[in-house]
Amino acid sequence: MVQLPVYLDHNATTPCDPRVVEAMIPYFTNSFGNAASRNHPFGWQAEEAVDYAREQVARLIGADPKEIIFTSGATEGDNLAIKGVFEMYASKGNHIITCNIEHKAVLDTCKHVEKEGGEVTYLKVKENGLIDLAELEAAIKPTTILIAIMYANNEIGTIMPMKEISAIARKHGVLLFTDATQAVGKIPVDVNKDGIDLLAFTAHKMYGPKGVGALYVRRKNPRVKVTAQIDGGGHERGMRSGTLNVPGIVGFGKACELAINEMEEEGKRLSVLRDKLESALLKIEEAYVNGDKEHRLPHVSNISFKYVEGEGLMMGFNKNIAVSSGSACTSASLEPSYVLKALGLGDDLAHSSLRFGLGRFTTEEQIDYTIEQVSNTVNKLREMSPLWEMYKEGIDLNTIEWAHH
Amino acid sequence: MAYSEKVIDHYQNPKNVGTLDKSKNNVGTGLVGAPECGDVMRLQIEVDEATGLIRDAKFKTFGCGSAIASSSLATEWLKGKTVEEAVKIDNMTIVEELNLPPVKIHCSVLAEDAIKAAINDYRKKNGLEELKFEESVIH
Repeated sequence: MVQLPVYLDHNATTPCDPRVVEAMIPYFTNSFGNAASRNHPFGWQAEEAVDYAREQVARLIGADPKEIIFTSGATEGDNLAIKGVFEMYASKGNHIITCNIEHKAVLDTCKHVEKEGGEVTYLKVKENGLIDLAELEAAIKPTTILIAIMYANNEIGTIMPMKEISAIARKHGVLLFTDATQAVGKIPVDVNKDGIDLLAFTAHKMYGPKGVGALYVRRKNPRVKVTAQIDGGGHERGMRSGTLNVPGIVGFGKACELAINEMEEEGKRLSVLRDKLESALLKIEEAYVNGDKEHRLPHVSNISFKYVEGEGLMMGFNKNIAVSSGSACTSASLEPSYVLKALGLGDDLAHSSLRFGLGRFTTEEQIDYTIEQVSNTVNKLREMSPLWEMYKEGIDLNTIEWAHH
Repeated sequence: MAYSEKVIDHYQNPKNVGTLDKSKNNVGTGLVGAPECGDVMRLQIEVDEATGLIRDAKFKTFGCGSAIASSSLATEWLKGKTVEEAVKIDNMTIVEELNLPPVKIHCSVLAEDAIKAAINDYRKKNGLEELKFEESVIH
């Protein structure tokens, strides 16, 4: 029996692993102390729990515990890294290089920096969703202080060539920040082997709780500093004030420990299931994978089903299967995914895309069920799609003069 | 965002999906929207020349559930109406009937535009002057 509903939106968020919840519970009730209370056992207990979690978190990315700053999530980490470097290194320069498929938390932070007098270069990705390394190097100027390139993309799952990017950054003495939200806990990420100076990630994408994340800030070779964006009691070595979210941090630590132990096997299992799903869905006529298939997270597949619209497609099975679409039919702008458009996809293909994100608790039966449901709905909707009819009649849709909204 | 039951019903059991012979003089075809915008509707009417009533209506839609439901509902309402009555179908009555949320109002506008385009195509084929409509505001 297939277990319903099927959750295939793990790039949006993941459920908490029950082992994570179990680890967190005592820190809501008995061990509720403030980690900054230095004068009684309640505080000591909380501090000890945070220290332990800090080690677990650091170990997952090959960092020193002292290099971990706990935040409320990756959005805060992105803000702290970019604004913090921009302010701290103002005397060195004001130029930041990023790319056009970053998460909005990076893009909008860069827009903010531009308003503050910063200069930002937005590299265009290639058709496969990866940046061109020669273009990156050519964009570096004497005023460049930061390169901000995501580790893996949230919509298409493509993995950027981090080692090559960091080699370029090192060569030019520029700091490298990466939003590794989608990568950490899914594939091996090591700040030293990868040559990363700042790295943001979050617990809820890796079976931990929502509302807690971390920013890694390198302490040696080079020693990196960021200007605090939240002022107050001077927590987290002055870089992020605010009472620590002890239960959340404990859960985050546990999630990292589980990832260290299980990531490799889980990645293999999920890539087999993902490939099964993908190859079955690609048997549908006029279906295409978006983004590089090789350099890609093991659990993600983004597919466009030409001539059907993504939101309409999801409606065919969203009672039982949760996925995401690059169609933005619900947004006021009616603009489809900027990530898919950045790959050079026409708006029509971007509107026709679905993102499948598998996870720890996804079963093979659920994948079989998804293949059947998605295939049936695509066929059903094509029967009522005027575009499909035109395509079948051999009409070139580009020759039609559409009444654009 | 949850869909209303009526939208779900039209989506699951769309009425009048299909194609009429557009070469016939008594068939009017309206094709509105654009693939880039994520919505394309093709709505067709067949007019009974003896009675002047719309004898049949068919649609095909590329779009979200609300777009499919709006066009399905429109074809239901068109059947049995005169062309003059059909022109008066207003997008807001579709919004009310289907309980469309504000972000989906454009789907109803598209359905209204499709009806008008089909009627004008029919009028043109039969030597009648095309009706002029105000530009729809919400697109």
